[in-house]
Amino acid sequence: MTYLAKPKLHHPTLAKNAVGYTRRDYEGAISTLCAGCGHDSISAAIVQACWELDIEPHRVAKLSGIGCSSKTPTYFLGNSHGFNSVHGRMPSVLTGANLANRELIYLGVSGDGDSASIGIGQFAHSVRRGVNMVYIVENNGVYGLTKGQFSATADKGSKSKRGVANTDEPLDMIGMALLLGATYVARSFSGDKKQLVPLISAAIQHRGAAFIDVVSPCVAFNNHPGSTKSYDYVREHNEAVNRLDFIEGRDEITAEYAPGQVVEVAQHDGALLRLRKLAPDYDPTDRIKVMKYLQERAAAGEVVTGLLYLDPASSDLHEHLNTVEAPLNQLAERELCPGSVMLDRINAALR
Amino acid sequence: MKPTDIGAPDYFHKVVDCQWACPAHTPVPEYIRLIAAGRYGDAYMVNWHSNVFPGILGRTCDRPCEPACRRGRVEERNAEKPEPVAICRLKRVAADNKEDIRDRLPKPPKQKNGKRIACIGAGPASLTVARDLVPLGYHVTVYDQDPRAGGMIWSQIPRFRLPMEVIDEEVGYILDLGVEFRAGVRIDSLKKLMAEGYDAIFVGSGAPRGRDLDIPGRKEAAARIHIGIDWLSNVSFEHINKIGKRVIVLGGGNTAMDCCRTSRRLGGEDVKVIVRSGYEAMKASPWEKEDAVHEGIPILNYLVPKAFTHENGKLTGITFEKVKAVYDGEGEKRGRRLVPTGEADQHFECDDVLVAVGQENAFPWIERDVGLQFDRSGMPVVDKVTMQSTLPHVLFGGDSAFGPKNIIWAVAHGHDAAISIDKLCQGEDVRERPSPLVNLMSQKMGIHEWSYDNDISLAQRYKVPWRDKKVTLRDIKVEVEMGFDPKTGFAEAQRCLNCDVQTVFTSKLCIECDACVDICPMDCITFAGDGDEADLRARLNAPARNLSQDLYVSDALKTGRIMAKDEDVCLHCGLCAERCPTGAWDMQKFLLDMTHAGPGCRSPKRKAA
Repeated sequence: MTYLAKPKLHHPTLAKNAVGYTRRDYEGAISTLCAGCGHDSISAAIVQACWELDIEPHRVAKLSGIGCSSKTPTYFLGNSHGFNSVHGRMPSVLTGANLANRELIYLGVSGDGDSASIGIGQFAHSVRRGVNMVYIVENNGVYGLTKGQFSATADKGSKSKRGVANTDEPLDMIGMALLLGATYVARSFSGDKKQLVPLISAAIQHRGAAFIDVVSPCVAFNNHPGSTKSYDYVREHNEAVNRLDFIEGRDEITAEYAPGQVVEVAQHDGALLRLRKLAPDYDPTDRIKVMKYLQERAAAGEVVTGLLYLDPASSDLHEHLNTVEAPLNQLAERELCPGSVMLDRINAALR
Repeated sequence: MKPTDIGAPDYFHKVVDCQWACPAHTPVPEYIRLIAAGRYGDAYMVNWHSNVFPGILGRTCDRPCEPACRRGRVEERNAEKPEPVAICRLKRVAADNKEDIRDRLPKPPKQKNGKRIACIGAGPASLTVARDLVPLGYHVTVYDQDPRAGGMIWSQIPRFRLPMEVIDEEVGYILDLGVEFRAGVRIDSLKKLMAEGYDAIFVGSGAPRGRDLDIPGRKEAAARIHIGIDWLSNVSFEHINKIGKRVIVLGGGNTAMDCCRTSRRLGGEDVKVIVRSGYEAMKASPWEKEDAVHEGIPILNYLVPKAFTHENGKLTGITFEKVKAVYDGEGEKRGRRLVPTGEADQHFECDDVLVAVGQENAFPWIERDVGLQFDRSGMPVVDKVTMQSTLPHVLFGGDSAFGPKNIIWAVAHGHDAAISIDKLCQGEDVRERPSPLVNLMSQKMGIHEWSYDNDISLAQRYKVPWRDKKVTLRDIKVEVEMGFDPKTGFAEAQRCLNCDVQTVFTSKLCIECDACVDICPMDCITFAGDGDEADLRARLNAPARNLSQDLYVSDALKTGRIMAKDEDVCLHCGLCAERCPTGAWDMQKFLLDMTHAGPGCRSPKRKAA
């Protein structure tokens, strides 16, 4: 924990991206989370992804609720738009903002408390509606700010720091997201940026509701033996189904693949994702099989990570509602008050 | 890669670039912190123990520490022309502002040990030997041909760079220890001196002979052609106090810079320096060239002197051939040659010429049959570690050992020679050298509190103010540089990155949470699969291209990966340690003190059973 601002000096080889920014330009204020918090690694992964995608910071809106995770938007993208909403209400604020200005990139950052307890309804409906967003849940299984009580995602049987076992069933957010029609579903681990950064990049580029569940250990209250969300436990039980190696338009990783090891998924807008299979026969485009597979592995105590599901033909809320192409703030009087002729026509249609 | 052994004193010593580069290994960051804390006396004593002449070196040092300084590698806007911490001038801040430190100096010993040592020449090397040995009880006799002690420090360095009071003070500290100084005694026979029964003789006679330039007209115009170092010492002796209006200085070293600036003060109005090489290749320190240019002295390059022109036995000027530099050869053989451009020769008129084209050693007073071996170039054969000649009791140091270098090297030689003499006189093996005293201590004081200021100053290097040219050019004794005032000294001291506060990694505590990787402003830290060094250097979060800087590598962690830290541009800000949840990173101060002559340098004696 430090209150010392990160020095402005940087490595001499630090590169600028196509829009003229270094990775450091995407950072935010210094984090006040506990030292070693997984959330800080996720912030660093978001910074890295946005830098790699050449995103102009003012094109991003980051929204969050309440909790440790919801504090993090202060610690990345310091030059982007931010909205810290009421507890659990981030999805509705995000939906509203998205409807008003469809041109921004929406990054919803929440935690297992904010999304799986008080905000579970909000979460469900934003996913169900297909809001074009990246919804990241920084999942540590405890309420860190209130000193480590089990959250709704804590596994049954996992132990608290004081040795008490959890008797409640966990809430499976990945399973819910799949059921509710999220078109991009991934799980990752804060301690594995090689996996996490491409997943965030692809989610940003995905059109539709993209949900990423990131297991993010709470070093203060949930990183002990008996926890199923600790660094050690996740590393031991992590089963990655695939590696996202290549996103079209980005630097290609030139690895040799044996035939049958690669899945290429072309998305709605033609962008290509190349997945290196780690689990044989895993098809991330078949929702039913994916749900079955995840249930099986979860029953075996494994934490399945990777790009779990992708709907190549995704669409979003704006398409469903057939909304106007332009952001509302760009509509002038002429579009908003089309005149009495138009009014007459509408009235006639309703008779 | 093999995990780094941080127990070896050299590993962290190399991270402290300035200290590693300093021949005397002065703990630079340690005294810079003391300066920042306003503890000038303490800062002075750290220096005094290590380099003997802080006030003198704070004005005249060749500063090998500054090009090595890490600060020069981390400032993006100065990437082209690195601006290290002004280490040398900070040393002067300590010397100028210190309180009276005389009661902190060693006292003359109550009891002598009966050993007698002779030092030839009273320059920095001999004085260092005397300072190290006299407090131990040795009787040290220092001989010098001049009436004052100091050697080239006062005879060759002009007063406008180094005031007499500073020399008197620091040379005085040493003489007051009880050194027998035999002023005005010229040693003209080593044999005779050896016959006097000294236990050891240290030769610190410098490089007293200025190289001449044997080209046509040299003899005829001799009256107005002067050898640079002789002329400078005549000025110091006040035997010379004027020079012609038009002066040409030949040569591109620091002596040439002193010659031209001195000329400007003794009546030279049209003074120029003319060098054979290119401006960049000149031997003079960049700041000394800058000082000369500031005083309106042009430096003309690529001109090789061909002949002195004269009329009726009076010098009229010099004719030069125009040349250019040609680089040829490959690898180690790659060299520079100066070839004529074929253009017409150029003639410059002048009244006086100062020849400063190098210095030579001269040992006419050492009989060639005393058993002391010389090499083909006429230099004594000297052991680089022990400073002994082929006669074990005759040691060399300073410029007389390996040719012209500078004061700080002379000091380092003096320390080494003193150790040898001490061990020699105690009947010990001279080749067994003492290891340095090393201390590694955590600087953690609280959850985000360190016992050093880890906030990184973004200030640019401060310029040392110059006194007005109108004043300095009129009086040769007026010092040009005024030194930093305490406020600027503090600000400059804050630019120091505290490279001696080391990032120490304990692998068994690491949980691989990546917090240090994320927070490191310089992308120094990487967790990756192991590999050989070349492979690892290319795979780090930021490529480690500076091969002179080590990688700090841990043994395998739980995931099988290793931690690799590139020491190159680490700011020592301690954020990795602040972010570390388990204390796997800690900031620990590495303090290395060289062991000087005395009980500490001697081999531990076995106790009787």
